[in-house]
Amino acid sequence: MDDAPILEAVDLTRSFASGHQRTQALDGVSFAIRPGVVTGLIGPDGAGKTTLMRLAAGLLVPDAGRIRALGMDSTRESLAVQAALGYMPQRFGLYEDLSVQENLDLYADLQGVPHTARAERYDELMHMTGLGPFTRRLAGRLSGGMKQKLGLACTLVRAPRLLLLDEPTVGVDPVSRRELWSIVDRLVKNEGMSVLLSTAYLDEAERCQAVILLDRGKILDQGPPATISARMTGRTWAVSVAGQRPRDLQAGLTGQPGVVDALVQGDHVRLVTQTADDPAQLIRLPGLQDARIEAVPPRFEDGFIDLLHTRNDPMAAPHGVPRVDTLPQRADAGDTPVIQVDGLRRRFGNFWAVDGISFEVRRGEIFGLLGANGAGKSTTFRMLCGLLPASAGTLRVAGLDLRHAASTARGRIGYMSQKFSLYGNLSVAQNLDFFASAYGLTGTMRETRRDWALTEFELSPYAERLSADLSLGYKQRLAMACALMHQPEILFLDEPTSGVDPLARREFWLRINALARAGVTVLVTTHFMEEAEYCDRLAIMAAGRILAMDEPAAIKAGARTPEQPEPSMEDAFIRLVEAAGAAKEAA
Amino acid sequence: MSVARKRPLRGGGLMRLKGLVHKEFLQIVRDPSSIAIAFVMPIFLLVLFGYGVSLDADHVPVALVAEAPSPDTADFFASLESSHYFAPLHARTLAAAEQALREGRVNAIVHLRANFAEQLRRSDGAPIQVIVNGVDANTARLTQGYIEGAWGNWLARRATGQGQALATPVQLEQRVWFNSELRSRNYLVPGLVAIIMTLIGTLLTALVMAREWERGTLEALLVTPASMTEILLGKIIAYFVLGTGGMLLTVGLAVGLFGVPLRGAFWLLWVCASLFLLAALGMGLAISAVARNQFVAGQVAIIGTFLPAFLLSGFIFDIDSMPAVVQGITHVIVARYFVSIVQTLFLAGDVWSVVLPNALALLLMAAIFLGITWRKSRKRLE
Repeated sequence: MDDAPILEAVDLTRSFASGHQRTQALDGVSFAIRPGVVTGLIGPDGAGKTTLMRLAAGLLVPDAGRIRALGMDSTRESLAVQAALGYMPQRFGLYEDLSVQENLDLYADLQGVPHTARAERYDELMHMTGLGPFTRRLAGRLSGGMKQKLGLACTLVRAPRLLLLDEPTVGVDPVSRRELWSIVDRLVKNEGMSVLLSTAYLDEAERCQAVILLDRGKILDQGPPATISARMTGRTWAVSVAGQRPRDLQAGLTGQPGVVDALVQGDHVRLVTQTADDPAQLIRLPGLQDARIEAVPPRFEDGFIDLLHTRNDPMAAPHGVPRVDTLPQRADAGDTPVIQVDGLRRRFGNFWAVDGISFEVRRGEIFGLLGANGAGKSTTFRMLCGLLPASAGTLRVAGLDLRHAASTARGRIGYMSQKFSLYGNLSVAQNLDFFASAYGLTGTMRETRRDWALTEFELSPYAERLSADLSLGYKQRLAMACALMHQPEILFLDEPTSGVDPLARREFWLRINALARAGVTVLVTTHFMEEAEYCDRLAIMAAGRILAMDEPAAIKAGARTPEQPEPSMEDAFIRLVEAAGAAKEAA
Repeated sequence: MSVARKRPLRGGGLMRLKGLVHKEFLQIVRDPSSIAIAFVMPIFLLVLFGYGVSLDADHVPVALVAEAPSPDTADFFASLESSHYFAPLHARTLAAAEQALREGRVNAIVHLRANFAEQLRRSDGAPIQVIVNGVDANTARLTQGYIEGAWGNWLARRATGQGQALATPVQLEQRVWFNSELRSRNYLVPGLVAIIMTLIGTLLTALVMAREWERGTLEALLVTPASMTEILLGKIIAYFVLGTGGMLLTVGLAVGLFGVPLRGAFWLLWVCASLFLLAALGMGLAISAVARNQFVAGQVAIIGTFLPAFLLSGFIFDIDSMPAVVQGITHVIVARYFVSIVQTLFLAGDVWSVVLPNALALLLMAAIFLGITWRKSRKRLE
């Protein structure tokens, strides 16, 4: 009985009408989840993770197949299932105009927790989440990480046997992410809870005891994460060539026969090959004649990328380096920084969203702003684009002072926002035309640029398709094409890769690299720690301030300790945030 | 599949319901837009309709032209000048008066021909000419009626003064019942109760429910052991109380501030208002079962319930004078039945032959809309 699956799906199928077509959110999904472990539901946006969670919680009815939770049919006995499991939806389900305590009380009432048992349970939860000092604060005033922990506490007021967490870590800062994971681990270990956790972060898969890999409604693979990465044994390498930038090495390797993945990692390129090769065999690859080649242990992500490559898929990301060489070469402006920011501040009410930051970006550089939601990245961006006036400080973009020449400066900037800002009910070609005309391109110039965009971003087959019907990866491509229609010399990218699958993300970065080589200055915000590795330099932001600014390798090196000789970017980030917190307390 | 909602109020149900109602009240208190719709809007509407909007014609500018001035013409004009209905303007010639009418300086012309005095003495006709600006048909008809009335009064007064009966066979003696001063405020303000309760019951409820969909909080509620019935009851109870508050505020201000008489029994008004409120809540929740974002819910609530309550309920425009088709449509407008009840209770008193059938209609409507809501809202996200 103990080993009976706690959640079991058989041939689960569900589709939704979207636009003109039906999207198959889940297509014949079958799995069985063991009790007492953390199971990860891994996949990019649109893979069907949320649909699966909702079906398990009895909030949706499947088109076909069935799903059983805790031995009950989620669809037919939904009320009984809901009484027994805990479910935290993606937006945490908190009432923002209620205080922390009031939210807890509400969920305790709804879960039927007796009044006598509450004080003790609240104590436990507050201790676990560290929210104790904030019980009277309105939920809407909490930071993203605190909201997430309160959402979890509300789900846990009556300890459920099965806990469903839908993307609990998305957009949350790394410190909170780490704390959430330790809470989840404790729940499993101490209370014997079973957890199904969905995420788009591949590094989280390795913290699960089992994973289900979901992509476009189908299961790619399932099992312990170690077996998925074990399949890659002997196929993963760290390569570097003296005197060559890893980014250029990566560009040369991507798309070569036999290469599954090439990824910049600090001072080397992480290479994944199709077969387990002798290192000597790798030398035949272009650019690797004089390379230093070292075998490295496989990661979960390697296995996922490999699986994504083997899927049969007409809209798969293309292999090979995108050509961006048709971008015009602008007259060299010398070595003066293209972006100069000095003492920049921005206040909303009595809250400083950006609190005195300074940096410079050189021409052709890829500069990253790394930070959690609410760190001030987007506010900084809007000021740089001249969309938001600064409260204090100076801003020069392309040599122009934004206070006086915002619209001139905007003509030389390309901006791609988090939400892609596309017109969903316009076709791909119409979107391109619109953005071209918005930037004042007319006649043959507009046509030339549209043709360039359609070819360059391989959008020609979809030119007449409504942009709302494109997959997320293609929307991202189109958004980038729109931002480049007027050949800007500076490109601002605000969280450009949120939610897209890892292949699309790799392709996207190859394009960025090519643009930078062509002399375009790129400023990018991200909360993906690993993406910081692709930047030439980056600034780590928290609470409106820059905590550190340097090359990625130097930032990581700064966090080196005897216990942690090879810290990851996330380790470095957490160390910096903690140090800043300690300094604040000391002050 | 029906298991999901057919288990109301069992095991801890009361605790859940209390929690839900408590939560609604906390949200109402903290959300400025709820307060605005529940208390600021009623006061605004009351002031607007109590002071600003008047359907009466008052001080209507009228051009007076006498081709041959005489004591008789002067006496008649003097009677017009003394009436607060008119703001007379003396014109020398008909042409000048017509010019004034064309320029909009006057709404009507009273024209007395040269033979006025002579014909009047022969007393066999009404030799006055009235030209009315018909652009605003309502005011035109009122003005015409007022002038005719003034003329009739003057003739009658003159006849009495001369010690002779008027030559007309029937004498019209007017008595206005229920609203003897003919103040349109007395008639509009009670109807406002229906409008305000539509705002709170339907618009506000549809909005707050849609907001729960939008913010994803309903998704979290749905996976708790709370049944859909409990979730709906939580909303109904909270907004029923709020709506009753709005009703009391409106009635209190109507009677206290605007001096509108309340001739019927207050308890009867309360009972009927409660029935109407239930129907309005039913509509609001039914809307939000379909429209899951605040914009759509707001639009549907305004176009589907608020505007009809304004235009087709008899609140401003008399239903009996609408075209037959529109009259037919008014039967599905819930506010129509309630407006009819409040106008009767305020101005006429407990007229059971009006109140009872309309109250039954309200009961039926409430049952229909709450029934639709209950059937449509399942503990599902689709």
